[in-house]
Amino acid sequence: MTDLMKQSPLGTYVEHLKKGELAYQVNKDTNKAFFYPRAIAPETGSANIEWRVSKGLGTVYTTTVVHYKGEPPLNVAMIDMDEGYRLMSRVEDIDPVQVKIGMRVKFKVHPGDDKALPYPVFTPAGEAK
Amino acid sequence: MRGLQRGSIAVVGAAESDLGLVAPHTSPVDLMAQATMRALDDCGLKLKDVDALFVAATQVRMGPMSLAEYLRIKPKVFDGTQIGGSSFMTHVAHAQMAIQLGLCEVAVIAYGSTQRSVSRAAASPREFNPYEMPYRPILPISAYAMAAARHMHQYGTTREHLAEVAVSARKWALLNPKAWEKEPLTIEQALNARMVSYPFTVRDCCLVVDGGGAIVLTSAARAKSLKQKPVYVLGVGETLSHANISSLPDFTVTGASVSGPQAFKMAGVKQKDVKMLSLYDAFTINPILFLEDLGFCPKGEGGRFVSGGAIAPGGKLAVNTSGGGLSYCHPGMYGLLVMIEAIRQVRGECGERQVKNCDVALAHGNGGVLSSQCTVIFGSENTL
Repeated sequence: MTDLMKQSPLGTYVEHLKKGELAYQVNKDTNKAFFYPRAIAPETGSANIEWRVSKGLGTVYTTTVVHYKGEPPLNVAMIDMDEGYRLMSRVEDIDPVQVKIGMRVKFKVHPGDDKALPYPVFTPAGEAK
Repeated sequence: MRGLQRGSIAVVGAAESDLGLVAPHTSPVDLMAQATMRALDDCGLKLKDVDALFVAATQVRMGPMSLAEYLRIKPKVFDGTQIGGSSFMTHVAHAQMAIQLGLCEVAVIAYGSTQRSVSRAAASPREFNPYEMPYRPILPISAYAMAAARHMHQYGTTREHLAEVAVSARKWALLNPKAWEKEPLTIEQALNARMVSYPFTVRDCCLVVDGGGAIVLTSAARAKSLKQKPVYVLGVGETLSHANISSLPDFTVTGASVSGPQAFKMAGVKQKDVKMLSLYDAFTINPILFLEDLGFCPKGEGGRFVSGGAIAPGGKLAVNTSGGGLSYCHPGMYGLLVMIEAIRQVRGECGERQVKNCDVALAHGNGGVLSSQCTVIFGSENTL
């Protein structure tokens, strides 16, 4: 059971990101992965949860391109990770409008600073799905 | 006798507050109170008759208390359930529970927003989500845009299909003297408007205006003695599934697939009986998804269904006859106005945009980012 006096789900997640790792949790009773990090497993409420480090490979489930006034367009996408969970992120190193549903992508860390936490971003992985 | 009973309560009063861009320093509660009194005048009841209050608004943290204070009444039953724009549909279900149990007699559901006056960011601040905010999606727009993108990928829905929804809404709005938009809109104009979050241009997105409304509900027995033709609550259904778009499992299916069947079952009607649909159109993808999930066309066919003016005046199915959130009014949380148009259609008050023999109207509310879905089916006395 996560001891919230000692460590929080987000806290553990960020510690992994600082090491360059995308971490996620698995419900050991059902072997199902889930995201975002929680103190208990969803659906069953099980305390039998395990942190794992993702291989970092996933597929774009859906995508949009955001236009803020006076800024270059920005990609926002939902990524389905191979381990069976989904997260929101951004696909970089590619023209935002070229990001397509079904594209394979791989994780890298966008480092944090004194104002913001590190967070995962993705780049095209090259292989077709 | 278990559960909510078909037709046990009726809407007897309904009114909008002032809409569009109100005077500086108007508060959302001013608008709620204005709408409440207009709705009470509509049915000939007085403030002292009101014994139940239902309020939710992003600008008013503790809705029922703020409105009770302003009106200086002490409701016996109150509820501030806040699930986004569909909150008011759930308030109808909660009012029905309370009235059926005899806990109260006259319920007011009210809403107000000054989001145009004070800016949308100030009116609807979002709580910090570390798993979404770093990516700077424009919320809620980007969430719905991603749903549209997935629907386009899976079912071949096109940007033109989305534009058809906007163009149809505008045609209805031109028949509604209270609508914000006064100019016609073409498919070309919708497609070439400023892109906000692909595939949505500004014309795929609802208005950002001030506004509010109120409805008054009472028991079917009491309703018969009042001024207006009662509009009976035949069926209600509701569901919620997530708070943030990252947790929606399937971006092409909404909870209307759950709330709709619940409401249809309670109302004992089928899709073909529904003469008018009021579908929460915060974005052009919404009516497409709701028409599918409420059973008016097969899953995936919504884009093709709305093409060629099918949901415009003179089309196959009357949808959002007020002009909708896209062209009539969308004051942040829009569900109360969604219901008011359905109620007016059943009463026969809609003038140029009136649907003939509108005995059954369906109002569907959406909240958050496709997060909560609530359906209310209204019926005239002919349906009892």
